[in-house]
Amino acid sequence: MLADLMASQIVRTVLVGAAMLGAISGMLGAFAVLRRQSLLGDALAHAALPGVCLGFLVAGARDLGSILAGAFLTGALAALAMMLITRTTRLKTDAALGIVLSVFFAVGVVLLTHVQATGGAASAGLASFLFGQAAAILASDLWIMGGIGLVALGLVLALWKEFKLVSFDADFARAQGFPVTVLEAMLTIMVALAIVVGLQLVGVVLMVALLIAPAAAARQWTNRLGMMVALSALIGAGSGAAGALISATTRGLATGPVVVLVATAAVLVSLALAPGRGLVWQALSARRARARISDGRILAAMQELAEAHDDPRYPAEQGMLGAALGKAPAPGQFDALERRGLIRAVTHAPEPTPHWQLTEAGQRAARSEEDDKT
Amino acid sequence: MIAAFFDSIPAMILLTGILVGASGALLGSFLVLRGNAMLTDAISHSIVFGIIIVWLLTRQLSGPVQLIGAAATGVLTVVLTEALARSRLVKMDAAIGLVFPALFAMGVILISLYARDVHIHVDTVLLGEIGFVWLNTVTIWGQPVPVAVATLTAVLVINLGFVLGLWKELKLASFDPGLAAALGFAPAVLHYALLTLTSMTAVAAFDAVGAILFIAFVIVPPATAYLLTRRLWLMLVLSVALSIAACVAGYVLARVWDVSIAGMMASMTGLWFATALLFAPDRGLVAQALQRRAQALDHDCRALVAHLFTHQGTPEMAEENTQRALVDHLGWSRPRARAAILRAHDRALVERQGGLLSLRDKGVAEAELIFGTKGTNRG
Repeated sequence: MLADLMASQIVRTVLVGAAMLGAISGMLGAFAVLRRQSLLGDALAHAALPGVCLGFLVAGARDLGSILAGAFLTGALAALAMMLITRTTRLKTDAALGIVLSVFFAVGVVLLTHVQATGGAASAGLASFLFGQAAAILASDLWIMGGIGLVALGLVLALWKEFKLVSFDADFARAQGFPVTVLEAMLTIMVALAIVVGLQLVGVVLMVALLIAPAAAARQWTNRLGMMVALSALIGAGSGAAGALISATTRGLATGPVVVLVATAAVLVSLALAPGRGLVWQALSARRARARISDGRILAAMQELAEAHDDPRYPAEQGMLGAALGKAPAPGQFDALERRGLIRAVTHAPEPTPHWQLTEAGQRAARSEEDDKT
Repeated sequence: MIAAFFDSIPAMILLTGILVGASGALLGSFLVLRGNAMLTDAISHSIVFGIIIVWLLTRQLSGPVQLIGAAATGVLTVVLTEALARSRLVKMDAAIGLVFPALFAMGVILISLYARDVHIHVDTVLLGEIGFVWLNTVTIWGQPVPVAVATLTAVLVINLGFVLGLWKELKLASFDPGLAAALGFAPAVLHYALLTLTSMTAVAAFDAVGAILFIAFVIVPPATAYLLTRRLWLMLVLSVALSIAACVAGYVLARVWDVSIAGMMASMTGLWFATALLFAPDRGLVAQALQRRAQALDHDCRALVAHLFTHQGTPEMAEENTQRALVDHLGWSRPRARAAILRAHDRALVERQGGLLSLRDKGVAEAELIFGTKGTNRG
């Protein structure tokens, strides 16, 4: 099955293209997600539509170079408009995003219908930029994508330290004299580049998912930027390749949406399983936290016994504590409490069974346990 | 008369656009004020998933079931997004960008797998078919009315009732959610009610304007109105008026240029916004630039007065209190110096005697105000 698929030239091209796109958008999306600018990608992607049509109108044919250049241009224009609106009006970022996204897209729709009405047969494929049309990718297009990818990679490596600083603490970067506005503009422009790369394959509408999903998945597994960017690129590439393969198995299954769903699945898995952060991990540590509460109950019970006997150092018998608590604690729990310095083991001759006594620290812990309850 | 109106295709197209615009702008005003505008983006994309699911289950593309069923997906999107953001594993913006593309992608896949032959076409999903709303009619009191018009009218009435009925609560929750919560107005309930209605409006508008242009109708006119006024009621009235104007102008231009009607209507809302952004009184970019220039001129004027005051009656006066000194010593450009002198002259602060500038009484008073010294000048 897989061998059959791979034998097809189109499938191989799409596979390589989707993997490359995933890697590029994963790498650049990581910075966007960290800078909380995920949705800027959405606005820029939608804003690419008028550029696609303008590129077509200028070139007079479905020439990929001019179409991508047009898309990049209107994307950059949209980013500028965003900046203008948020800096000079009291509208919030979300409104500015919505305005830019919908108005640019509307203009794109107008241009699209104009091209379709006047452009003849060659314009028919233009609507495929809405959702992407993987099958339309030519082997030569891969070189363009690869070139853009290399430029982006080169920029990220060359300006690694600067991008890192801007992503985590832009104010500090500004105070240190870094040209923060220029760097932020560069990151935005690179997002626009990634979008341009994805236009053919995924289209303007779903491109945002390819920027966000790999980065959001990668974020769960690591706290280091280098690791996150690499992992994000890897997850993006994997999602792209897997999505391309899956969509090749069924007729009518568009590549873009499938790639998006695969990337979303990667996010779900990461959210659930990532060590330290994931939901499964959270559930486990919540269980451990509940166990610790029952440590508190042991201390409280010992304190009660001590008060009842008017002796803060009253040696409580282990079995008796179990009876007082309604359930015998695990034997290891006493040892753990002893290691934490809260109780100490004593013998209470002539009884041979283990007895426990609250230490000073244990009495304090028990009292704070009481306070918490009331 | 009425029959002629409902049989007129242009009237029905225009009416549909106006209904979408009015019902969207009513809710959009609050969404923009509350900073939830991008939830509209999430909702309008993900209802595609709801629409196709309801269609697969009931084979109905419109009607109350579709309205409620698909709207539920919109609310589900918001719930999922907020749950994801609350888990603190991803930030709010990323959560929005994760949930709606996933639902939208699923919707598109389901459409291309199971609904290729019906009229849900993926391009229609995005762009709408406002030009064909008159094809699909329902008979009300013996009069065939486009389904979209009937549905959107119902939605508009509901939205209007919501906004008017809960005016005080909405206003408070939009401007001071903390106080609204403290007073027991349950801003969370209001929040979800608002988003439920937004979802319902999106579903009703879907046939006409598609999933994405709807965002323009909801966000752009209220944002434009927000640039023009600070009063909530005026903002709502203005945004409805602006979207009606956009529909009319968009329809006419779309006819002239033979392009997408819904796209042109949405583009016009963008034009209104750009115009307001540039030319809004007080807060527009042009007004801001003019204010900055006036302030700069005022400041120069004060600097000139201070300069003259410092040197008045001193031996350097002949050299300092000239236009030349402003250029040579203060480093001003010649036009800037001229403009400042003219302004000061107009305000009766200085007078010119030959080449020499000297302060008039009003100028002396202003200088004393600047230096905080009352009485005679040094000299």
